[in-house]
Amino acid sequence: MNQQAHAASHVIVPRSMYFTIFAALIVLTGLTTFVAFFDLGLANPIVALSIAVLKASLVVLFFMHMKYSSRLTWIIGGAAVFWLGILLVLILSDYAMRGWGG
Amino acid sequence: MDTDTLALPRTHYLNAEFGLASWLLTTDHKRIGLLFLGSISMFFVLGGIFAGMIRLELLTPPGDLVSDDTYNKLFTMHGIVMIFMFLIPSIPSVMGNFFVPIMIGARDLAFPRLNLLSWYIFMIGGCFTLYAIVTGGVDTGWTFYTPFSTMASTSNVMAAAVGIFIMGFSSILTGLNFIVTIHTMRAPGMTWFRMPLFLWAMYATSLINVLGTPVLAITIVSVALERAFHLGIFDPAYGGDPLLFQHLFWFYSHPAVYIMILPSMGIVSELIAAFSRKNIFGYTFVAFSSLAIAVFGFLVWGHHMFVAGMSVYGAMIFSVLSFLVAVPSAVKVFNWTATLYKGSVSYQTPMLYALGFIGLFTIGGLTGLFLASLGIDVHVTDTYFVVAHFHYIMVGGALMGYLGGLHYWWPKMTGRMYPDLWGRVAAVVTFLGFNLTFFPQFILGYLGMPRRYHAYPPEFQALNVLSTAGASVMGIGYLMPAIYLFWSLKYGPIAGPNPWGAKGLEWTTPSPPPTFNFDETPVVTEPAYAYDTVEKKLA
Amino acid sequence: MPKHESSSALVPDENAAPASDPALRHHFDDLAQQHEAATLGMWLFLATEVMFFGGLFSAYMIYRVWYPGTWGDASRTLDITLGTVNTIVLITSSLTMALAVHAAATNERRKVMSFLVVTMVLGVAFLGIKSFEYYQKFAEHHVPGLDFRFEGQAPERANLFFSLYFAMTGLHALHMIIGLGILSVILYMAWRGRFTEAWHTPVEISGLYWHFVDIIWIFLFPLLYLVDRHR
Repeated sequence: MNQQAHAASHVIVPRSMYFTIFAALIVLTGLTTFVAFFDLGLANPIVALSIAVLKASLVVLFFMHMKYSSRLTWIIGGAAVFWLGILLVLILSDYAMRGWGG
Repeated sequence: MDTDTLALPRTHYLNAEFGLASWLLTTDHKRIGLLFLGSISMFFVLGGIFAGMIRLELLTPPGDLVSDDTYNKLFTMHGIVMIFMFLIPSIPSVMGNFFVPIMIGARDLAFPRLNLLSWYIFMIGGCFTLYAIVTGGVDTGWTFYTPFSTMASTSNVMAAAVGIFIMGFSSILTGLNFIVTIHTMRAPGMTWFRMPLFLWAMYATSLINVLGTPVLAITIVSVALERAFHLGIFDPAYGGDPLLFQHLFWFYSHPAVYIMILPSMGIVSELIAAFSRKNIFGYTFVAFSSLAIAVFGFLVWGHHMFVAGMSVYGAMIFSVLSFLVAVPSAVKVFNWTATLYKGSVSYQTPMLYALGFIGLFTIGGLTGLFLASLGIDVHVTDTYFVVAHFHYIMVGGALMGYLGGLHYWWPKMTGRMYPDLWGRVAAVVTFLGFNLTFFPQFILGYLGMPRRYHAYPPEFQALNVLSTAGASVMGIGYLMPAIYLFWSLKYGPIAGPNPWGAKGLEWTTPSPPPTFNFDETPVVTEPAYAYDTVEKKLA
Repeated sequence: MPKHESSSALVPDENAAPASDPALRHHFDDLAQQHEAATLGMWLFLATEVMFFGGLFSAYMIYRVWYPGTWGDASRTLDITLGTVNTIVLITSSLTMALAVHAAATNERRKVMSFLVVTMVLGVAFLGIKSFEYYQKFAEHHVPGLDFRFEGQAPERANLFFSLYFAMTGLHALHMIIGLGILSVILYMAWRGRFTEAWHTPVEISGLYWHFVDIIWIFLFPLLYLVDRHR
């Protein structure tokens, strides 16, 4: 019973970590809204998406405990991103070579 | 089991409980497999009736049997029923459900209730599609191409789309269940490289189900929304692009071909090993080729759109990538052939289907290379060449594998043997009928007969008559198993645990298996196809 | 790798070891295996969800690059204050969800329940703000199909933007509603004392789902609200 209890429960991280991550997420939210009001040209969407990816990574790694999870969990997460990449990149490749708006 | 009931018949999953509720509320993966077997068999008959009517119409050049509208609905509903309601669920939901847990030595799938739910979801989706068929049918083709499906068609696109959307969740849940089961529930000693190749194939199939099906789901929802609310996503009037629909649709629907063919390849690996009494030549290569097909299959969808108006460079990229899939497919065919070499081959019913599969799949695959080549594809797009090609894959390949597996595992599922002679006759009749039906269509296509027309010029009639004659022969070939398999349920000789003398955990447990599959959790100590050790022991 | 020490659980009713946990289902050997399967199943389901939203994201991507001007015009009509507030509300709900899972792991039943309630309240708040935004769009005739009007160039392309806006946020809201349903069940189970230190996997995997819905919004926010804001 005791062995089972240990086997089935997960790594318990200190509660303070959740608050640190939360603070980072709030700061990044403020930052992305703030930056959006400046004209950075092409960089605007790049900055916005980079911050979004950063925020999502923080949520996945710490709130969802992927950092402490098995290699298999990482593979599933990677597969989701990879397959989404196939979808977006191959569709984009057709449109990019068609000449936009053509 | 219980010692005091030794004199009585053994308790197994079929007689453990009785009554309708014991079936409709079961969480036993074996019973759910049989529920699926019943459902998809009905859908197969339905799809077959549509096919028969198509072939009857094409017997004569003028469109005299049915109107053009009706013909459009016939081939659409033939496609929808056969693809979404028969081929895609077929092997995974019947034989996968039944044998994935048994072959890894588990008591059930990881999520038994989810498994039952996936049958209900499938049936609810099926009801929507049936409703669409009963209330006048759908005429868009199974591909639902926009803008026809969103703007012009006055048929029941909505109900059919909702039905396919719902059925998609059934395959997602089944795939998810298989992946989790194979990862977490293997018996002691059942390492990845001791797994039967059927399981590798089911794993690869599930991967496509889990990652591809949701894209179809959202696409088909968009079509429904577009029809209802004019969203404009696929409508040029709003700046939308109908080609985007094709991209999203084929992102799932090309890999869907591998959902149909990979499980059959898995079954063929089992059959070739069992009936030539040898380990599969290059086991690792065959195992990994399943995964490779699952991955590469996602990179090639554009070859369905060469003439649709995509960019020439995009088409070239997709054309080159399409050739990638040929590599793992060829690896499988070569390794099966090498396994047969110097094997002690016995030509029992399942083996005949397996051999039929190899021949027909090879033709289907090679003609697929024609179609992947940009130059040839432009010439034969939307002709009967394409029709013949994908029927060689989906009927000659997937369906042959399904029937082979059904004959191989029937004794295990029911505890009864069927008459092997009749089985062999049916396999040969199916093979001959199939070739008679679809080989002429290669020629028709190359001569330029377009698909999806109910009338055609008289010079094509001879080949069309051959094709229709072949379809009748094929129909007989499918009818025969239906009869003798039913017959065997009551009159067939008792099969015993291992009628083929085959390897694999499913043959170590009684037929039919007990409710929890094994009386004791098995421990695996040897590779999947250790036939050599049997021969050595005998010698 | 699965562990198979307790093969005694083969026939659960008669032969199951009396010490085995009541949460253990008959076809698993032990709780560790059951936990691994459930977690893996949820992660796979989330991969499915990525692809489900992926269809809409690819449509968004194509038209965003295709019609940058219209996209900016239409995007600027969205209320950035409400959008930002909603983002913060949702991130906070993710925090409380993570704290609920943490409390479950340390077996503090009352904390689990209160954190779940706070999470659900925040979820409802998000949906409330979202409905208010929808109402605004309705009042401004920015809902495709319902007397759509748009002042500015290419109103029909703005229609496309708002179609995607409603499709993406609507699908997200639907996931929130399902999430609230799941959390209600988890709350009920926690109230009935179903979770132990050894078995609280349902709390964990519902948490995974909730965080995932948060992540979708983390991408929707910049994609829908922050296009060409500087103009």
